[in-house]
Amino acid sequence: MYDMKALYEAESVSDAIRLLQEHPGAQIIAGGSDVLVQMREGKRAGAELVSIYSLDELRGVKMEEDGTLRIGSLTSFSHITKDPLIQKHINVLGEAVDMVGGPQIRNIGTIGGNTCNGVTSADSASTLFAWDAVIELTGPEGVRRLPIKDFYIKAGKVDLRPAEIQTGILIRKESYEGYEGHYIKYAMRNAMDIATLGCSVNVKLSEDKKNFEDIRIAYGVAGPVPMRAVHAEDAGRGLAVTEENIEKIGDTVLEDVTPRDSWRASKAFREHISKVLCKRALKEAVERSGGAV
Amino acid sequence: METRNHESGKSYKRVDAFEKVTGRAKYTDDLCDRNAYVAKILHSTIAHGYVKSIDTSEAEKIPGVVKVITCFDVPKNYFPTAGHPWSTEPAHQDVADRLLLTDHVRFYGDDVAAVVAEDEVAAAQAVRAIKVEYEELPFVLDVHKAMEDGAPQIHEKYQNNILAHTSIRNGNYEEASREPGLIKVEGWYHTPTVQHCHIENFICYAYMEQGRVVVVSSTQIPHICRRVVGQALNVPWGQVRIIKPYIGGGFGNKQDILYEPLCAYLTTQVGGRTVKLDVSREETFVSNRVRHSIDFHIISYVRPDGTYAARKFESFSDQGAYASHGHSIAAKGMGCFPQLYPCPNIEADTYTVFTNKSVSGAMRGYGIPQAMFAMESHTDDVAKALGVPPYEFRMNNVMPKGFTDGFSKNVNYYDTFRECMEKGRKDFDYDARREKYAHQTGNIRRGVGMSVFWYNTGVWPISLETSACRMVLNQDGSIQIQLGETEIGQGADTAFAQMAAEAVGIPFDMVHVVSSQDTDVTPFGTGAYASRQTYMAGFSIRQTGEMLKQKILETACELTRQMKENMDVIDGNIVRTTDGEVLMSVGELATEKLYSLTNNGHLTAESSYQIKNNAYSFGCTFVEVEVDIQACKAHVTDILNVHDCGRLINPALAEAQAHGGMSMAIGYALSETLLFDEKTGKPLNNNLLDYKLSTFMDHPDLKATFIENFEPTNPYGTKSLGEPPACSPAPAIRNAILQATGVALDELPMRPHVLFEEFKKAGLIQEGGEANV
Repeated sequence: MYDMKALYEAESVSDAIRLLQEHPGAQIIAGGSDVLVQMREGKRAGAELVSIYSLDELRGVKMEEDGTLRIGSLTSFSHITKDPLIQKHINVLGEAVDMVGGPQIRNIGTIGGNTCNGVTSADSASTLFAWDAVIELTGPEGVRRLPIKDFYIKAGKVDLRPAEIQTGILIRKESYEGYEGHYIKYAMRNAMDIATLGCSVNVKLSEDKKNFEDIRIAYGVAGPVPMRAVHAEDAGRGLAVTEENIEKIGDTVLEDVTPRDSWRASKAFREHISKVLCKRALKEAVERSGGAV
Repeated sequence: METRNHESGKSYKRVDAFEKVTGRAKYTDDLCDRNAYVAKILHSTIAHGYVKSIDTSEAEKIPGVVKVITCFDVPKNYFPTAGHPWSTEPAHQDVADRLLLTDHVRFYGDDVAAVVAEDEVAAAQAVRAIKVEYEELPFVLDVHKAMEDGAPQIHEKYQNNILAHTSIRNGNYEEASREPGLIKVEGWYHTPTVQHCHIENFICYAYMEQGRVVVVSSTQIPHICRRVVGQALNVPWGQVRIIKPYIGGGFGNKQDILYEPLCAYLTTQVGGRTVKLDVSREETFVSNRVRHSIDFHIISYVRPDGTYAARKFESFSDQGAYASHGHSIAAKGMGCFPQLYPCPNIEADTYTVFTNKSVSGAMRGYGIPQAMFAMESHTDDVAKALGVPPYEFRMNNVMPKGFTDGFSKNVNYYDTFRECMEKGRKDFDYDARREKYAHQTGNIRRGVGMSVFWYNTGVWPISLETSACRMVLNQDGSIQIQLGETEIGQGADTAFAQMAAEAVGIPFDMVHVVSSQDTDVTPFGTGAYASRQTYMAGFSIRQTGEMLKQKILETACELTRQMKENMDVIDGNIVRTTDGEVLMSVGELATEKLYSLTNNGHLTAESSYQIKNNAYSFGCTFVEVEVDIQACKAHVTDILNVHDCGRLINPALAEAQAHGGMSMAIGYALSETLLFDEKTGKPLNNNLLDYKLSTFMDHPDLKATFIENFEPTNPYGTKSLGEPPACSPAPAIRNAILQATGVALDELPMRPHVLFEEFKKAGLIQEGGEANV
């Protein structure tokens, strides 16, 4: 039994926007795997909800004409993992979201909800950071698109304006073409857990597979919001693919990550794991790119 | 001539299997009236202090709220909660320190007020709307600090917060430790606070009927519950009726009286209407019971020839805020110290100490998982100091065959430890693996380790052991059987059915176990705890079955004119033993008797048996771990438990029982710990996301094997298995990590946080630099 004042079910994106305008305090609900949990805890007790769950237009993965991958915001984690376009172009995203919670959560939870929740530990978020994803928002003033790093404002807060909903996540062709990635979720259990630290990397190797043409390293839980390790990326770009260089790149992430001490884990421990995960993820990504360390 | 058919010893399907897997089995919430009022508890948000005032006015205005009861409204009638058999001697009675609701708050999560409402939402809103004003007192969370002079006093009567201190003095430790040439091995071992995490949270509902209070509860101990509710409400115990349906696990948490008294009181305050009290997972972690966190200090003086000269043991058990099961847990843990590795000179002390934390009570193993972690980690430390393989050291020192404990009179009738160890060593291929992992380098390392464990069966002679049984014969020759011993998910009903079938001489499927206990109709029994039920119920089942059989044979004599002594009941038939002729079926006999116009009657038997025995139940665990040093992670790649729990009544269920205990122990070893904020005493991770209960994905295939030495004191040759599987995996995992890395971890759980710090200390991980591997 949930303490909810009202539930409005949107029939289209424009209907959802209208409902949100009519009920300015309302909370958007998609799969409900975050919102209902919060309501049960009493955090949103008495809330009005606008459900967008039946908007099938926001489901599924498509390839746009210019090669951009469009992931509808209501696409569930399990659908993303099994989607052929995802598997072909950005399989690491499918792997990352396959580590969320357990099977039931992955069937109901949506990638839009995961990102709009604004938490640093979301398994999809660090990988989307690594892919330079673009967030598409639709509101009363129309559609706007912004890089995912600008979407996250602070812990638990994203740039979602009044009556706006997230309608899609876009990954441009230049972001994925020629890249291979790997995501490591570091958690205390092998299932039903949130990341203590998550590291997602993409690499693009030179044609001879000997050099890092490009490197993208993203983290969850290394700071209040998901982040990119820009110093480490700069340090690694153009370097030869060697064990020593991977060690060097991994050690450089300490210039980027800003984990904190908490009862969940100490700063020193998270910093240590940041390095370990980066090195391991880079090695795996190199191997997936046909290179060798 | 052996005429008993052995229905025990077969792997029958559980009698409740189909009900449970199809979802048809009725649990407490399934049975509750949908129109029941809902109760919710307001828990304290400070760790220690007094409630100065409570403002309920806003809460009472909320539509649907029926009644708000505060700590100032309830009778000041202190009651004990431990699920122990009652003692009529006041000195042996449990500490009565609980109230239905309290104004003296002793832990964050204590019970301050309760709301009764028409539905859950109104109840939750009302709880949030109650305003409490506290007078805060200093609090203490650490046992050692709690024992210091000047520490916050949690209960008036207990100086330095010590609930109890007991000792063992054998020989002369001081003198013996001065023997020249001894090697001293000393260690401190820490075990964490953990929670049972049964699937079904605690739930009960209560209503009044004909002036009496009826409580339907998810409890392991219905008859004890009746007594405690009677004590708490200060009403004659016969005014209380407890019904226990199927329950979704208890593991000892429900061997305590939790909120049955409060729920019973609430129904009396709302005109006897049904009141349901369904506790959330968050509350279950904090405001039910937890396992005692215990700190151990062990010193061993060992001769170079590998024998013990003198040993010292100290333990400090964190009781939390109320006495509950109290000192019995720490005392049990200490009690096995002189027995496991006999040594003539022993000095042992154990303290149970109040702190301002969640209340510790019974949990699977009752002090022995903690004690085994300390003692068996220490055993490997001693072996290492001596340079002796730990397996060999145990073989040379562990309790010998014929060992008799002076207090319990328990006898080690077989060389159980060595038999179990030898079987485990072979089945696990221990020697080859130990050899293979002897000198590893690199980041990923494997190791094997082992541990033995000590356990016993039931609570005799510390407390009463009794079992009562009723059997009723039906027209078709089947029987109903009722016992005070409870099915709590472990498979007890199936074992009872098998033993009853064997005792009476009828097939297994002709026994119908009345699974639910109802204190108005179920024979008296104390319930599920101390791994007692199969052993204890065996006595009353055997006795009652024999009584029923004699009545059947007397009836057979009437009906067949054959001499009673020349007949037996075999496989549901009356058999003339002189020639093996089947004279009639038990069904034919029962039908004839029930409808006879000349000599009518129904056949039933009922008896109780007081058990004045206990039985050792020993075994061991072998473990292989893989350690990823840089990732600070250890995981179990293989695990084997070996048990001698006597003859197996149902081998498949015994194996499942072992698997469950091993699974709990893996979580205990590697991930589980309930944390409290040092600044406020607030629990930090009282939910299943932040509390790292291990999952299916964190285990290898669990393996269990058995040695079936017939237990001579029991009619079925069986003894305890409920708790023993949870006792030895944690130290075995610890010892495997020791072999893999050379690092001796002395703190549970051995989670990455601990491994990170210890690997740094050992130089396996270098601070801010490269790996030294």
